[in-house]
Amino acid sequence: MAQRALHRPRIVTICEKVVETPLVTTLRWKDATKARPGQYVMVWVPGTDEIPMSLSDIGNAKGIAVHAKGQATRALSKLKVGDQIGVRGPYGHGFRHRPGKCLVVAGGTGIACLAPLVEKLAQRWPRPSVVIGAKTRSELLFVDRMRRTGAEVVVTTDDGTAGRKGFATDAAYELLNRNRYTQIYSCGPEVMMRITASLAQCQSAPVQLSLERYMKCGIGICDSCSMGGLHICVEGPVLDARRVAHLPEFGRYRRDACGRREKI
Amino acid sequence: MEKKLCIGRLQTILTRQALFGAMADLTVEIAGLRLQTPFILASGIWGETGATLARALRAGAGAVVTKSIGLEPRAGYPNPTIVEVPGGFINAMGLPNPGIDAYKYEIEEALGPGKPVIGSIFGANAREFSALARKMERFGASALELNLSCPHAKGYGAQLGQDPGMTRKITAAVKAAVRIPVFVKLTPVVASISAIGKAAEAGGADGLSAVNTLRGMAIELGLCRPVLGHGTGGYSGPGIKPVGVACVYELYDAVKIPIIGMGGISTGEDAAEYLMAGASALQVGSIVYKKRDRTFRDLCRELDRFLSARKYRSTRALTGMAHGGS
Repeated sequence: MAQRALHRPRIVTICEKVVETPLVTTLRWKDATKARPGQYVMVWVPGTDEIPMSLSDIGNAKGIAVHAKGQATRALSKLKVGDQIGVRGPYGHGFRHRPGKCLVVAGGTGIACLAPLVEKLAQRWPRPSVVIGAKTRSELLFVDRMRRTGAEVVVTTDDGTAGRKGFATDAAYELLNRNRYTQIYSCGPEVMMRITASLAQCQSAPVQLSLERYMKCGIGICDSCSMGGLHICVEGPVLDARRVAHLPEFGRYRRDACGRREKI
Repeated sequence: MEKKLCIGRLQTILTRQALFGAMADLTVEIAGLRLQTPFILASGIWGETGATLARALRAGAGAVVTKSIGLEPRAGYPNPTIVEVPGGFINAMGLPNPGIDAYKYEIEEALGPGKPVIGSIFGANAREFSALARKMERFGASALELNLSCPHAKGYGAQLGQDPGMTRKITAAVKAAVRIPVFVKLTPVVASISAIGKAAEAGGADGLSAVNTLRGMAIELGLCRPVLGHGTGGYSGPGIKPVGVACVYELYDAVKIPIIGMGGISTGEDAAEYLMAGASALQVGSIVYKKRDRTFRDLCRELDRFLSARKYRSTRALTGMAHGGS
């Protein structure tokens, strides 16, 4: 038995960079550590910051889909093949498989952590339904990748530039009316996940959500990512909707780096 | 009357047995605070939100200490803020906190389970400390812990607490401002911890918390740079236990006020060691990483097993035992 790896960044070299959309870039590095769909890694950009990123590839090449919106993600997007980053993890609870027909509801870059899950689910029958929602056509992520798995893919955009016009939750509502699902998975804006969870109540199908909070330690000590006393870093990021639906902060507020509450 | 008391006592014992399976009396009283178990959640762990503090209390903590709170919101240092090293962790969070006014709601939530909540505060001078102390008391904190020991914040923490004169001045100012008990948390990074302990006692402290983390650093060889965003940090965990035990032992001889011992406590036997060195209660931090909700119940069970096997009736009987043999 190998000794448990210390919670300390491993230095890896970026071996592949793919520009997915004007805002999202995929970075890959070789890393044979075992990971499950839905888990995340703490990515250290030396000299800038260390941030949690869901894994969008979980094979022998690990990958993250970086949406350049903050200081650290902008620095990550600028990295080139051959550059080095530090990686801790994989951390947290991932998605759990359940047999039966599954519905996957993704909003924005939420599809990044769901993509490895869909690739696993699509290997079995019945094939899963996948809703991918985005603001506009150019921000749609991983649509081809999901179609290639054989899953039933429904695309929505807020402005109607691709797929059907509307929100991901509108498409989810229709699918829920048409089919019976045994398990629902969702990741995206928290308001979208809250609506998805409440839509699913009529089918009493369990819902697994991948949540996001400000993280510092990643190992359940510092309390930065607390959501009603639950630590998203170790008890999440994937949680059953039943465990969070009653929390006053779910879909309403989160905390900043200081621990102040801020509206979502 | 006597019968009633007996039944009451029996009930307490039965409840405790049901909860922890404990036989020895684990309750302690320190500076007027009554604790059901001697184990207190240390500052900085699980303490940013009231909901998590309440979770620790429900999981069996005798009391909790909040994250150190200052006057203004503070984001802390950039990540990485923690790195694991042999013997524990080095962390440099940089005193992140939402500011005392926003922390009111967290205190209220932490008070839910009805157990003591100790407010940790940090300031740059005596005036800031007393302003924070007054607010903490008003929000309902059961006691205060003055952070004069954070090893890596410029102008705060250990930079004040390494000076006996400053320690005494700040303690006296806080004591004059509030009525709740005041503990002073000490840094082990000093030439003589007794001198600082005595200064806090002279300032009127009701108790001492010893020790805070040691200053440490880890360097990433592949990148030729420190791992932590801030460079240096505070080293905690089992690796610093001998340092903490020595400090508590020394303080026990130097001061009359009670001492809360901490630094690398992960088992009941570690706790017994601190008690024998002179601690009246204990704080735990790094072990919460490994055991989470089981931390406090496991520690209580282990301490009880230690006490029962040696026919000690209570935790209190152990305090200072190691000083008797000279």
